[in-house]
Amino acid sequence: MSQLVIKDLQVGVETEAGMTEILRGVDLTINSGEVHAIMGPNGSGKSTLAYSIAGHPKYTITGGTVTLDGVDVLEMSVDERAKAGLFLAMQYPVEVPGVSVANFLRTAATALRGEAPKVRTWVGEVKEAMSKLAMDPAFSERSVNEGFSGGEKKRHEILQMELLKPKIAILDETDSGLDVDALRIVSEGVNRVKAEQNLGIMLITHYTRILRYIKPDFVHVFAGGKIVEEGGPELADRLEEKGYAQYVKA
Amino acid sequence: MSALPTNYLTPTGREEAWRFTPLKRIAGLHDPATSVADRISIALSGAVRPGFTINKVKSADIPAKSATDDAVIQRVRSGVAEVTHLEIGKEAIVAEPIILTRTPGNTSEFSRTVITAGAHSKATVIVENSGNATLGEEIEIRLEAGSNLTFVTLQEWSDTTIHLGRHHAIVGRDATFNSITVTVGGSLVRLLPTVEYSDQGGSAELLGLYFATDGQHLEHRVHVEHGIPNAKSRVTYKGVLAGDQARTVWIGDVFIRKNAEGTDTYELNKNLLLTDGARADSVPNLEIETGEIVGAGHASTTGRFDDEQLFYLMSRGIPMADARRLVIRGFFTEIINKIGNEVIEERLMSRIDGQLAKVGA
Repeated sequence: MSQLVIKDLQVGVETEAGMTEILRGVDLTINSGEVHAIMGPNGSGKSTLAYSIAGHPKYTITGGTVTLDGVDVLEMSVDERAKAGLFLAMQYPVEVPGVSVANFLRTAATALRGEAPKVRTWVGEVKEAMSKLAMDPAFSERSVNEGFSGGEKKRHEILQMELLKPKIAILDETDSGLDVDALRIVSEGVNRVKAEQNLGIMLITHYTRILRYIKPDFVHVFAGGKIVEEGGPELADRLEEKGYAQYVKA
Repeated sequence: MSALPTNYLTPTGREEAWRFTPLKRIAGLHDPATSVADRISIALSGAVRPGFTINKVKSADIPAKSATDDAVIQRVRSGVAEVTHLEIGKEAIVAEPIILTRTPGNTSEFSRTVITAGAHSKATVIVENSGNATLGEEIEIRLEAGSNLTFVTLQEWSDTTIHLGRHHAIVGRDATFNSITVTVGGSLVRLLPTVEYSDQGGSAELLGLYFATDGQHLEHRVHVEHGIPNAKSRVTYKGVLAGDQARTVWIGDVFIRKNAEGTDTYELNKNLLLTDGARADSVPNLEIETGEIVGAGHASTTGRFDDEQLFYLMSRGIPMADARRLVIRGFFTEIINKIGNEVIEERLMSRIDGQLAKVGA
């Protein structure tokens, strides 16, 4: 049983004009096995929340705390956060030319497990995870994210999540740019990992579409850098109907 | 009226070809006033196998077939009595690479080598340069009709080495020249990887990688001379620089002469700066005298390390140093993989890892 606790998180970015505040006091607790949908209009700070928890150097924490099972996450380096059990599925996964998917996955698994996975079982593990996500085995010889279609990139993110077995995963607009078939495959992958590993999930999305495949336990509406309303799945239905207009200052 | 200075051929550093090179650091290899030993420093590693021969030949009996205006190379030509001649036989297919290893002496020295790839032969030649040297050298590679030669030079020198060299290929009819130039060592290395075509249908690929750390000056002056119709060339050089006063120079001269119709060429230079205090000069230069060509292009980029790549890898649990190593290895992979010899490929990757570790980048 794991618990990610975000308390009064305040985050800014350094600009030429000084510090620009983006997150203005976020409170959120995610337990193993729970799905929390974070929904909000563009520019509300959803991605900033995801990236600051993962430790992206662009963002400066100006206040508040983030702990995983009581341990201070904000003090950790980016790789230490992953080792602690956090995973960020990125909206725009980064291309790393010349580094094969196979090499990347194995290096990551080695770092997280503290020893290199045994070749024979590892190859089987990767193959099986790839086939579940309907990925061509030839995929593992390609350079990380280079020339991948939008759908391939997102499948590759979920593949990593499946293999790296985090405790808490943040999915940043994993649904964006996916057609219905890809959305279904990716969602099934998320649900599978959740069921197998009792994963806690922060599901960041602009649309309610993905929530038909991944059922949220809680829905949080994000606007102006903080959570402005919370509820159960029914809140998502209301958003679907009325949109975000009521949360955005004219 | 003033008299011409007697040493008017000696570079002063103001010439276009020498303006990037710190002449003070080349031990007078360019200066006729400096005496330089004539010494055969290159030898076959392992036994002679069927398909090729290697001999010492009087320099006068095997004159250079190409012109050069490089002062150091002119000194090499006039200062060397014997030439190492590697000859790959007509129609010979030599499966395993032919490895030439250089063992430098204790003094400044000149060396001349000729490689002849016989008609319709196929072979790989690897020249391994390591240790401490002060060397001026020329390798002339003659590809006869239909031959296919992969030519690899590895500059894995110690940090004090001074190496000025010209590796010139003359590509014959329908011949294929694939070259890979790797420079990861030396205090000052200045290489002229150059190509000309003696007949139509030739193809040349010039790949290179260099990695300069503190105080190293690594210079590659590529020149592809398209003076014959229907020839093809591809040039790709990639460099990484890290540490104070790390310096690289890449010149890519590609000349398409008036009669060279049907030319197809592209050249690319990419540099990655890992730290402040390093400087990469990149000068692609494409001159086209005829419009009747298949294609001609060039590109050059010099950039910083991509923090987004590092973040992505680290967010999967990979520590910073390993993430950097992965990215750098990845950057060089497309070139190193083409050497086609796993032992050498891994050795080079290790050397690159070592360079990275040294500068703590």
